[in-house]
Amino acid sequence: MISRTEGGSIVLSVAGLRKRYGGEEVVAGIDFEVQAGECFGLLGPNGAGKTTTLKLALGLIDPDEGRIRLLGRPVPEEAREARQKVGVVPQFDNLDPDFTASENLQVYGRYFGLKKSEIEARIPQLLEFAGIANRGAGKIQTLSGGMKRRLTLARALVNDPEVIFMDEPTTGLDPQARHLIWERLKRLKQDGKTLLLTTHFMEEAERLCSRLVIMDKGRIIALGSPRELISKHIEPNVVEVHGPGFEAWTETVRKLAARVEIAGETAFCYAIDEEPVVASLKSQPQLTYLHRPANLEDVFLKLTGRDLRD
Amino acid sequence: MNARHFALPTLSMRFVHVWRRNLLVWRKLAIPSMLGNLADPMIFLFGLGYGLGAMMPAVQGVPYIAFLAGGMVVSSTMYAATFEALYSAFSRMHQQKTWEGILNAPILLEDVILGELVWATTKATLSGVAILAVVTVLGFATPKFALPLLFVIVLTGLAFAALGLAMNALAPNYDFFMYYFTLVITPTSLISGVFFPIDQLPAALHWAASILPLYHAVALARPLMLGEVPSNILLHLAVPVIYACVGFYVALVLTRRRLLQ
Repeated sequence: MISRTEGGSIVLSVAGLRKRYGGEEVVAGIDFEVQAGECFGLLGPNGAGKTTTLKLALGLIDPDEGRIRLLGRPVPEEAREARQKVGVVPQFDNLDPDFTASENLQVYGRYFGLKKSEIEARIPQLLEFAGIANRGAGKIQTLSGGMKRRLTLARALVNDPEVIFMDEPTTGLDPQARHLIWERLKRLKQDGKTLLLTTHFMEEAERLCSRLVIMDKGRIIALGSPRELISKHIEPNVVEVHGPGFEAWTETVRKLAARVEIAGETAFCYAIDEEPVVASLKSQPQLTYLHRPANLEDVFLKLTGRDLRD
Repeated sequence: MNARHFALPTLSMRFVHVWRRNLLVWRKLAIPSMLGNLADPMIFLFGLGYGLGAMMPAVQGVPYIAFLAGGMVVSSTMYAATFEALYSAFSRMHQQKTWEGILNAPILLEDVILGELVWATTKATLSGVAILAVVTVLGFATPKFALPLLFVIVLTGLAFAALGLAMNALAPNYDFFMYYFTLVITPTSLISGVFFPIDQLPAALHWAASILPLYHAVALARPLMLGEVPSNILLHLAVPVIYACVGFYVALVLTRRRLLQ
């Protein structure tokens, strides 16, 4: 039984969720709902509690407080049953190095209680999805990083899941490999799968996520679609300026821009109308500038600050 | 550690999936693995059996090599189970994150630990049976009680696989296992009557041996291989069974603490 709301069925709901390690609250009271068919993002700097949230939702660790329902089942009590229809792409590939690509899919399918014939029938299309249709008999070590990542994604589909959990699906991949993963995720969205992903690539979240939350220090500090978040939290235009004497110039534009932020050697001028700022740069040939529309990264940095998190 | 870590395991046939995964890997390397497992105990058996045996009169009424054979069958079972439950399981748990992958599927940690327990026991049994077969063919043992002997070998494998998995859950790295071998496994093999009758040991050591599973396995295997019915059968069965059950539960609780928080 999946509970219904006007927005469609709820695949995952989390309420009042808390998890403490030692004295530190890694997840500090969060609430969100993921609806069927959407791509939902958990964004946050390192240590924000994204991975812990995923593990709690899968029932792999127990919360200190809070209520979780996954595919209509209470978690962690019935997490095992719920996972029957969930696919998981972990942060670090854990493909079996002793097996070929096909054997990896075969063995993983057995964990879901699938019959041999059932899995075998799916293997060609899963290998095709991973873009390694002719490498099924190849050892894992012979695959590139991108291929392994796509095979891990294909492995998460072996049970034809309703929802797929992905922990930083494109971290460590080159741009070509990353774009290919994005194309695959869009295909899954079109097929009606629900996606839940964590990322710290804003571009990824902006392209893929229908809705997302921004997490910091275990809390949700913003929730909405990428566009809503940008229009709600930030001015639409950004002019980035750097070069000798940029600080002196910055003082002269404070009244022209809605907000000016200095980070290291760069001034970020946020404005509804960027024309006056750009015009004032004409007399400053020593300064280099970039004018661009505001994006999710600006929202993210505004909300979580520019300090390093490691 | 929270209360749920102590929950009794819900056992199911799902452990077979984990066992089959390990079997599939092993099948790719079966021959070198079998030879490796067999060579070491054979060298000991013939080296000590003929070498030391030549200097000795009969031990407990039989040639030394026939005496030693009973100990070697169960002690090599112990070694095989221990190696698999320590080094190989640690690779799967820690290095390759194989368990983590499995736990994302609808499989519980008890299924994984039970699968590993049965797998390590399977490999240990293959080892023990191979040596039993060789010494039987060479005439140092009688095939009369082959089935009860198989049972003793399986039980020995279960007890030491369970202990090994508990150690595995505590291990920070591979080096940790050296301590277990040096401080537990080697002394166990020396005081459990594998190489010599333990009546000659001081009473304290004798007592220590009697709470170790290997001592009881030897006490069953040796007479059975010589075609005799062992005495105190129930006691000798009970101790390894207790080690297997308690070891499995402790391994589960410790591994839950390690992986599920």
